[in-house]
Amino acid sequence: MRMYDLPDERGHFGPYGGVFVAETLSQALEELRAAYAVARNDPQFEAEFRYELKHYVGRPSPIYHAKRLSERCGGAQIYIKREDLNHTGAHKINNTIGQALLARRMGKPRVIAETGAGMHGVATATVAARYGMQCVVYMGSEDVKRQAQNVYRMKLLGASVVPVESGSRTLKDALNEAMRDWVTNVERTFYIIGTVAGPHPYPMMVRDFQAVIGEECLVQMQEQAARQPDAVIACVGGGSNAMGIFYPYLKSATRLVGVEAAGEGLASGKHAASLCAGRPGVLHGNRTYLLQDANGQITETHSISAGLDYPGVGPEHAWLKDSGRAEYVAVTDEEALAAFHELCRHEGIIPALESAHAVAQAMKMARGMAKDAILLVNLSGRGDKDMHTVAERSGLKF
Amino acid sequence: MSRIAERFASLRKSARKALIPYITAGDPSPQMTVPLLHALVEAGADIIELGVPFSDPMADGPVIQRSGERALKHGVGLKDVLGMGREFRTRDGATPLVLMGYANPIEAMGTRVFLDRARSAGVDGVIVVDYPPEECTEFAALAKEAGIDPIFLLAPTSTEKRIDEVARCGSGYLYYVSLRGVTGAAHLDLSEVSKKIPQIRAATRLPIGVGFGIRDAESARRVAETADAVVIGSRLIQEIEAGAPADAVARVKSFLRPIRKALDS
Repeated sequence: MRMYDLPDERGHFGPYGGVFVAETLSQALEELRAAYAVARNDPQFEAEFRYELKHYVGRPSPIYHAKRLSERCGGAQIYIKREDLNHTGAHKINNTIGQALLARRMGKPRVIAETGAGMHGVATATVAARYGMQCVVYMGSEDVKRQAQNVYRMKLLGASVVPVESGSRTLKDALNEAMRDWVTNVERTFYIIGTVAGPHPYPMMVRDFQAVIGEECLVQMQEQAARQPDAVIACVGGGSNAMGIFYPYLKSATRLVGVEAAGEGLASGKHAASLCAGRPGVLHGNRTYLLQDANGQITETHSISAGLDYPGVGPEHAWLKDSGRAEYVAVTDEEALAAFHELCRHEGIIPALESAHAVAQAMKMARGMAKDAILLVNLSGRGDKDMHTVAERSGLKF
Repeated sequence: MSRIAERFASLRKSARKALIPYITAGDPSPQMTVPLLHALVEAGADIIELGVPFSDPMADGPVIQRSGERALKHGVGLKDVLGMGREFRTRDGATPLVLMGYANPIEAMGTRVFLDRARSAGVDGVIVVDYPPEECTEFAALAKEAGIDPIFLLAPTSTEKRIDEVARCGSGYLYYVSLRGVTGAAHLDLSEVSKKIPQIRAATRLPIGVGFGIRDAESARRVAETADAVVIGSRLIQEIEAGAPADAVARVKSFLRPIRKALDS
């Protein structure tokens, strides 16, 4: 489903995106662009991808009317797209399946990935096991500590996890390290990027694979509410779950709201809200909004959720912000935690802390809206991985 | 004629090859950079590449990344690097100085502002690692206008089409990255180098420098059999970090001298 013709041939969304990489990577990206251009228009590739989504991931994921949460807010009806019910517990698997199928077509026996919260790492390790590929996952050593269970899951699935000790030891450093691996081993290696960032064609390719989320919503909302929502709300770190649900809605009248991590508050400087508080620059192969200091050095970010802890954002979001088609707001750690508990206690759903940011925004918006208004929240992942973080916040230890 | 072109012309006249050392500005400390630059010249450097530290040096290996982190701990930014260039120029008006770094610090300063300041600081060339030709047509043109050579990288994987593009946009020299990988990787494929260089020469009259993976006098000499210039970075930085910062100047000199000798022999 093509809603508009961006990016252009060289991966630009207006002034954003592009291919800002060292010459050593140019050929690898050229090869990937060519392979994806063929696969993208090949009905057999599409059929394989859809088959896996249905039988391996368990799609379509349901949309659920959160009536009790809506009642508590006293305004708009909140609907939830249950990406947390996918195999491996998040939306990430939609993309890793797509890229792994492409890797297989290209004859690459080894896949690598970067991961923050570990969800993309787990989704990559999963498909590597599924398709019999060697798998190496790079993860900042800070994140390795924060997400010990996901590290173990990846190992169970047969992946090697490499802790990255450089820089701030989080997602951006893992991405740097994965790029280095790719440059060195490009002939037999496919780099599975987990979000709609990086050099072209990644932002487009990941969006295409994740667009299944929004495509399903268009059908399911019609079935359940006989109309499309007034607003679609999704959290934004790199922005893949948001792009996936936004993209099929771009040409509709539905408001699109991306929710960044305000951490301890935008004024505190301890946040990860690159669209709300950053400015354009070049990082990780594309031009986009970045959190950076006056010297153009990328700054360290903070969020209670490792998956949003990234100083950049996908270039298509930068374009959607500037063009005004989507709006971007930020939600603090505290607000996200409160929403996390609300959803646990009143709907019996334990959300990922990332997704809880979107829930918090939906609750804020619902309060001021009429009872027949409809909000659709992308619940991008489940919260099992966050038990330690939440417990610690409540002063508990396992 | 630019300082870089002049230098290559005079080297050609005496049938010598250029030695291009790379160090990161601000490593091991901001005060050490200018003395190190002069030491490199005394030990036989023809052109110097001065690295601008960046928080996310994607194309660099662990050695250059570490040197960048040391510089960043001292808060060294692009403005400071330009100041170091200016100070170097007060005592050395002849040795070409090339800044090497990533796009974001330049864009944060503003492309035109950067080029103006670089020109007035006495900078002769600039290598922006993550600016491939197709993303920086405008930057390359502005740089040339400002009298600064935009220098581009080529890799073993570069196709004929890419070589043509780079040959068209670049000036000063072309920088052939002699291996698949990041800076400072262990192996150097000499047969690959001698195969690729004639292919690049067919597309350009610019001098060709070879870097990434050159570690000693012998590998430098063998690369210089086909290339016009030899770039040494990671191995040199290992010398800088190998002992007390105060003795770094002496270590760098004694590391570089035998390489100069081998190139001239």
